[in-house]
Amino acid sequence: MHELAITQSMLDLVLKQAEEAEAEKVEKINLVLGEMTGVVGRCLQFYFDFLSKGTPAEGATLNFKVIPTTARCRNCHKEFELGEFDWTCPHCQGNNMEIIGGKELFVESIEVE
Amino acid sequence: MEIKVVKDILGANDQIAGKNRQLFDSNKVFVVNVMASPGAGKTSVIMQTIQRLKGKTRVGVVEGDISSSLDAEAISKEDVPVVQINTGGECHLDANMTASALGDLPLKDIDLLLIENVGNLVCPAEFALGEDIKVLISSTPEGDDKPFKYPLMFHQADAVLINKIDLLPYLKFDVDAFSKTIKGINRKVKIFPVSCTTGEGIEEWVSWLLGQMKKK
Repeated sequence: MHELAITQSMLDLVLKQAEEAEAEKVEKINLVLGEMTGVVGRCLQFYFDFLSKGTPAEGATLNFKVIPTTARCRNCHKEFELGEFDWTCPHCQGNNMEIIGGKELFVESIEVE
Repeated sequence: MEIKVVKDILGANDQIAGKNRQLFDSNKVFVVNVMASPGAGKTSVIMQTIQRLKGKTRVGVVEGDISSSLDAEAISKEDVPVVQINTGGECHLDANMTASALGDLPLKDIDLLLIENVGNLVCPAEFALGEDIKVLISSTPEGDDKPFKYPLMFHQADAVLINKIDLLPYLKFDVDAFSKTIKGINRKVKIFPVSCTTGEGIEEWVSWLLGQMKKK
């Protein structure tokens, strides 16, 4: 449900960037979504199609790069993806880790005309 | 033509949250963002906290709900300033909604502002309000698997209150395993097993909270 507010913020940001570049049309939006954010790409697309109507971003393609939830073990310093129901280090079985990926929620670039 | 952007989607919210924070700081208000799923006991914890702090700390409350003012009415009986925000369908509070409520609060006469977010373990995690700390209430009937399902919320929390521990004899809830799981991805977190029904653990939570306020 938070996708509506997130899509509106994303669209505002994209339109501002496009205006600064004096672009007439936004063709593609490259987004980076961390798995931990729980943001659902197809929801974003659904709201985007609705919210972007009549703006220079109407009809733009949304391209998602999804970043898995990744941790670094504080014991053996190896990096790994967090399991669904097991949050121990697969290398040393430690359970003291730093989250290093999965919280991303940003616009990487836009392609304009 | 490709234009590099690399900007956070919620940057606009973060900016407003920063302004809220400045306003809180200039009024010396310590702000807690209280988050939980519906029915975990957010309002009960807030009421218990107000009662324990009576005469010691001046508390104010912001109540966030999709609709109704039931919680605000319950809290106003404690004789503290309370403002209700109805989000009108939005599943979380954001910095702008919070800002709009602040004009109705006597910030100069408040030491501790408790903001009760909308009951939801997903969306509120993304939206900063300008708070000093995030507190998550997770109640025992919800099950001890919640960190796996809502990792961001548990990763960000400064404190987790395990509420309804009076029900532990009837449930399969492993407090130690639950705490270990959260601490694995969140080194700074403080965990307080509490019961708003018996009052157990509330004293420990409140004294920690007072300690955090003094640090500011």
